[in-house]
Amino acid sequence: MEKDIILKAENISKQYRLGQVGTGTLSHDLNRWWHQIRGKENPYLKIGDVNDRSTKGTSDYVWALQDINFEVERGEVLGIIGKNGAGKSTLLKILSKVTAPTTGSIKSRGRIASLLEVGTGFNGEMTGRENVFLNGAILGMTKKEITSKLDEIIAFSGCERYIDTPVKRYSSGMTVRLAFAVAAFLEPEILVIDEVLAVGDAEFQKKAIGKMQDISKGEGRTVLFVSHDLSAISTLANRTIVLANGKIKAIEETNKAISIYSSLQSSNAVFCQEPLANFPSLTKVEIVTSEGGTLHANGKSLRINFEINMPGDNYENLAFAFQIINNLNTGVLFTYIFDIDDPLCKKNGINKLSYEFDKLRIYKGNYFIRIHLANSKTREKFQEFDCCSLEVEMINQKEPEWGWQNNVCQYIEDGKWIVSE
Amino acid sequence: MNNTNTSNDWLFEITPKNKFFSLNLKEVWQYRDLLFLFVKRDVITVYKQTVLGPLWYLIQPLFTSVTFTIIFNSVAGINTGTVPPFLFNLAGITVWNYFTACLNGTSDTFKANAGIFGKVYFPRIITPLSVVVSNLIKFGIQFLIFIAFYIFYYLNGASLSLNSLVVFFPLLIVIMGVLGLGLGMLISSMVTKYRDFSYLIGFGISLLMYLSAVMYPMELIKEKLPKYGWIVEYNPLAYIIETARYMLLNVGKVSVLGLLYTLTVTIAVLLIGILVFNRTEKSFIDTV
Repeated sequence: MEKDIILKAENISKQYRLGQVGTGTLSHDLNRWWHQIRGKENPYLKIGDVNDRSTKGTSDYVWALQDINFEVERGEVLGIIGKNGAGKSTLLKILSKVTAPTTGSIKSRGRIASLLEVGTGFNGEMTGRENVFLNGAILGMTKKEITSKLDEIIAFSGCERYIDTPVKRYSSGMTVRLAFAVAAFLEPEILVIDEVLAVGDAEFQKKAIGKMQDISKGEGRTVLFVSHDLSAISTLANRTIVLANGKIKAIEETNKAISIYSSLQSSNAVFCQEPLANFPSLTKVEIVTSEGGTLHANGKSLRINFEINMPGDNYENLAFAFQIINNLNTGVLFTYIFDIDDPLCKKNGINKLSYEFDKLRIYKGNYFIRIHLANSKTREKFQEFDCCSLEVEMINQKEPEWGWQNNVCQYIEDGKWIVSE
Repeated sequence: MNNTNTSNDWLFEITPKNKFFSLNLKEVWQYRDLLFLFVKRDVITVYKQTVLGPLWYLIQPLFTSVTFTIIFNSVAGINTGTVPPFLFNLAGITVWNYFTACLNGTSDTFKANAGIFGKVYFPRIITPLSVVVSNLIKFGIQFLIFIAFYIFYYLNGASLSLNSLVVFFPLLIVIMGVLGLGLGMLISSMVTKYRDFSYLIGFGISLLMYLSAVMYPMELIKEKLPKYGWIVEYNPLAYIIETARYMLLNVGKVSVLGLLYTLTVTIAVLLIGILVFNRTEKSFIDTV
């Protein structure tokens, strides 16, 4: 059977210049222009580092995306996942024509509408109704189309009562509801969505996910969906692209893609990196599991060792925290330490610090550690990154007859049953 | 359904560069409702939470005209012939204001709309076009006050007469708007990367006013400064304002050659503006 390809990306790359715009930019611009009028290739296309946020590069140019190739079939919901800065949003921006790729091309057989952030172009002074028209027109609808759907849009948003009130009087949740409602009634062949579900209350999120399922399943619309919310991705997407450092790591069936993504979270028990020159930074994170490596048995003791580098002694109010996060990107455990309570980094250079769980009872599954290092007073964040994966298994536990199923729970407590006589 | 994937049945293609000159008028037409809604938004929201509201439209040109009349006519003694100096200044200022409003409004298109441009695609040219159209409404209101004073002076016995060419006045305003649009698009494209231009435009406009025959007849500058008069003479803005006064008040001199020159410059500025604007819109979000 021949596939019905609605969208095709070929060799998409996007280069960004780092640093600030200044006189250096002007000289590069002139040089580029000079090459161009002589019919030569842009000299800055040959250079550029791989897009890795945490390492220091040598070049002023960085490839936010490199050699992206994929095809989307009609009616498919394609998920896109990746760490912060992996290039997800850049890809969506290119798809929705907000910015042009540096090289490559995207071919499409349908209109693309994007929902990069809801409420774009809302004007506080205008009423809800006026904003529905304005926002709809910005998203590419004609006045006629909007008029014909106005009642449905207002009903879906659940803001009937406020529809003739200026939007500046709305609560932020109401604004989002109205904005999502407009976008949900768009009728492009391809809809691009970025993280919109992170807003609104639980009821509305459910409604929004349901609406998106209708859009893709019932109405046969093609959807490209970017999110950090792996559970939303797994309910909605058929296939998923995993992006890492601006390149495609995998295009797989969603569940498989999610496990590839989880394994990307650096699969080592020990994590080391170079210290930062001007800020406190972590140089080493090491987990000491019960079974060795990254494998840990539920209920056994776990120790995590940290090394923090202090570049100078003017860093009071240091706050350090870590999370243990599961493969659906949900935090299951959080703990912190404040310098004001417990002076934790007393000297310049490397300071050592450990955390110990007597009995770590998180349920079987794959987890990783997320580090937060900040100033508790100014709220300035020095570092936030993911490291050290952790694989928990139910080893040496009395196994239920049906075996330990996945995703039954996140945590097991050591209680006891009391059966009355 | 036609599923044969030949390479040329794509609806559109996203590529790194636009063609050298591409103004997709069909697409702009599809988004005409957006243009209308932007104009509506500008008109609705401009004077929200002000007490005098749209009266501000009138206060500004009136006060400027009064000031000019006192300084340039009473103190400096510029002769405006049979026409009352106040009316002479009001005519110049009304037309000049339309130009500056268009230029100011369009020249920060990219900077002011970076938020919305960074999220949704629509033909970017809709935004500067909406500025020019909504300023046209403002100009209309200001022009009404000019007409009111015209009638007032006429009834009080001033010798005023319209020139028969006044039927072409709307065309002249269109030329003025197009010139502001073209220049504004050009500047807005350059501002995205180099903010220096937005400083330039602030005092640039006020300097330009003195070179545009707003508060003096063009003849006068040629007579008083024969060496530098050509600067004003070759300024298309000065020519438009002179022509406007010629049409409305029947003063000054207008030549076909001058008009042709103005028209050529306007079209050239518009084309260059669109060209640069199109090149910028594809990737300005990376540099703004």
